[in-house]
Amino acid sequence: MSAPAEAMAPALRHRLSLLLQRNWRSLVLFVPFFWLLLFFLAPFFIVLKISFAGSVIASPPFTSMIEWVDEGVMHIRVVTDNYAYLWEDDLYVKTYLNSLKISSISTILCLLIGYPMAYAIVRSSHTTKHILLMLIILPFWTSFLLRVYAWMGLLADQGTINGLLISLGIIDEPLRMLYTEFAVYVGIVYTYVPFMILPLYANMEKLDWALLEAAADLGARPMTTFFTVTLPMTLPGVLAGSLLVFIPATGEYVIPDLLGGGNVLMIGRVLYNEFNANIDWPVASAVAIALLLLLVLPMMLYQHIQGKETENA
Amino acid sequence: MSQPMTYADRPWLDPEAEPFIKVQSVSKHFGDFTAVDSVDLDIYKGELFCLLGGSGCGKSTLLRMLAGFETPSSGSIVIDGANMNHVPPYERPVNMMFQSYALFPHMTVESNVAYGLKRDGIAKAEIDRQVEEMLTMVELTQFRKRKPHQLSGGQRQRVALARSLIKQPKVLLLDEPLAALDKRLREQTQFELMNIQDKVGVTFVVVTHDQEEAMTLSTRIAVMDAGRFMQIGTPTEIYEFPTSRLVANFIGNANMFEGRITENGQDHVIVQSKQPECRIYIDHGLSIQEGTRVWVALRPEKIRISKQAPDNDGFNMIKGMVDDIGYLGGTSTYRIKIDGDRIVEITSPNQARPKDGNPPIDWDEEVYLSWDASSSVVLTK
Repeated sequence: MSAPAEAMAPALRHRLSLLLQRNWRSLVLFVPFFWLLLFFLAPFFIVLKISFAGSVIASPPFTSMIEWVDEGVMHIRVVTDNYAYLWEDDLYVKTYLNSLKISSISTILCLLIGYPMAYAIVRSSHTTKHILLMLIILPFWTSFLLRVYAWMGLLADQGTINGLLISLGIIDEPLRMLYTEFAVYVGIVYTYVPFMILPLYANMEKLDWALLEAAADLGARPMTTFFTVTLPMTLPGVLAGSLLVFIPATGEYVIPDLLGGGNVLMIGRVLYNEFNANIDWPVASAVAIALLLLLVLPMMLYQHIQGKETENA
Repeated sequence: MSQPMTYADRPWLDPEAEPFIKVQSVSKHFGDFTAVDSVDLDIYKGELFCLLGGSGCGKSTLLRMLAGFETPSSGSIVIDGANMNHVPPYERPVNMMFQSYALFPHMTVESNVAYGLKRDGIAKAEIDRQVEEMLTMVELTQFRKRKPHQLSGGQRQRVALARSLIKQPKVLLLDEPLAALDKRLREQTQFELMNIQDKVGVTFVVVTHDQEEAMTLSTRIAVMDAGRFMQIGTPTEIYEFPTSRLVANFIGNANMFEGRITENGQDHVIVQSKQPECRIYIDHGLSIQEGTRVWVALRPEKIRISKQAPDNDGFNMIKGMVDDIGYLGGTSTYRIKIDGDRIVEITSPNQARPKDGNPPIDWDEEVYLSWDASSSVVLTK
């Protein structure tokens, strides 16, 4: 080891620490970005690539995009048939529309149930508030799958609810609930209502209750106060909650599969079928990409609202 | 009495006058806590009435009961002859200006001010005209399209005032109306508020913890403590003739001398104070027995300070040493040490200029304090 090199070492270390100090922010940001890049963007591009491939019976079951023929001549093969197929086969269009219908109605139901609940929680006393919030989060302590299976047990023809209604003499024949759209609504609303309540709660917690008193003081009846003050003030919470319900509900697979059986078409199930039953990876990928595009708009809207809200605060 | 007495400015003295707001043995309990404890209060039309007290004294609860946000646990509130106990806030002929102003953040200045009129289903043209008039009065016409967060504190306060006055309420309730403003703006706004009250002629009920504010604004003040009224009276009555040590100490400063009545004559009373050792002569009779333990309150500005012993026949004077001087320009505050540890506070106008840089009364000098026989107030509680 030469003397100058040793003399350099402290200087180098100093420069390195300076660099670290100056860039620690970007370093901190880099880690999550890298994570997203590796586990979100990369798979996304792989799926995107597969969606433009052809289907073959091989492993993997799709054609490669780049092929080398003869003396280093490169062929790039892009197949758009998969997307055209989605459009042509009305099964897919219907399924997309049905998914949007189910998730929209579920979102509205979640809002109708969640809004009064969030309001009641915010308005309750300090200790009650914490207990109620705890109860909202409590279901997450057990497996989601287990809870859906529990609903199967509740809704089945020989299930708890039918058994109870028959033994009470209210009905003679079991009501058909499991494997209907009704069951899917029950499952989605049940699962996603906390995602509606929590952002609404966070928003209402910041609401200045003096505003409601001011409205009443100026002659507004409770209903008028709600529509002119409470609702406009809590609108960011309503939108945040609605998107948190709407986006995942649209792509939901487990609930329509287990509670809807074969009777309820939702895009998550179609996706699963294409991958596993039909082994048509390119079409499945196209379905996934189309779903993503369908949801990108509301997501961007959500981001925009969030940004606006932080700006105002 | 040479000229006939008029009650125009002092309706509370008129035995014939009917109070506009009648609070009759009203109590409010929150669980075990008693916020307002069986109070009675009459407020007359056109008054600017202040509820004054420290935090938690029940003044805000009383105001909220007048507004209808809280229901009395017992007793009744009558406004302009109508019992208000079961009338919801949105049907009461009162409006409130909130401490936080409670302006609707998602509405413009204009919409905020128009809110109350819109609820009454008044025609749009009429609303516009009244909003214009109100914004002109509070000098905010050029800010009509702004949102509350684009206004300064003083402007927001004026929007809140305009919004609460536009429905021409019978009573305007103001919750700490000036608390959120800085000192200069507060003084300016005090007078604006009085002018506006004069102009619109509405009865104002103001809640405040600031005694100066209460003194400048009000026709009468109710001093509150622990849910009860300690004293109700004009600012002068409350300052000059407090009825308890609590009121004397809460409104302004007071030196309190504890002692016993040694002589109770027709036209005078003599109190012997132990600490500081002095005999206090009061120039009016009192219906208090000799030997009773009393407190004599003396305002700092009612005490004279001099280097020569005053000729007082041994009454109403104490000797002490200057412990501290606070020079405030127009006046000076002296803290005089008596008998080694007792401090008496005095404020005195600085009439003479300091000679050769020396003030007329200096630190550690021996001085005499004296006061007139009419200056002190005898308190029994």
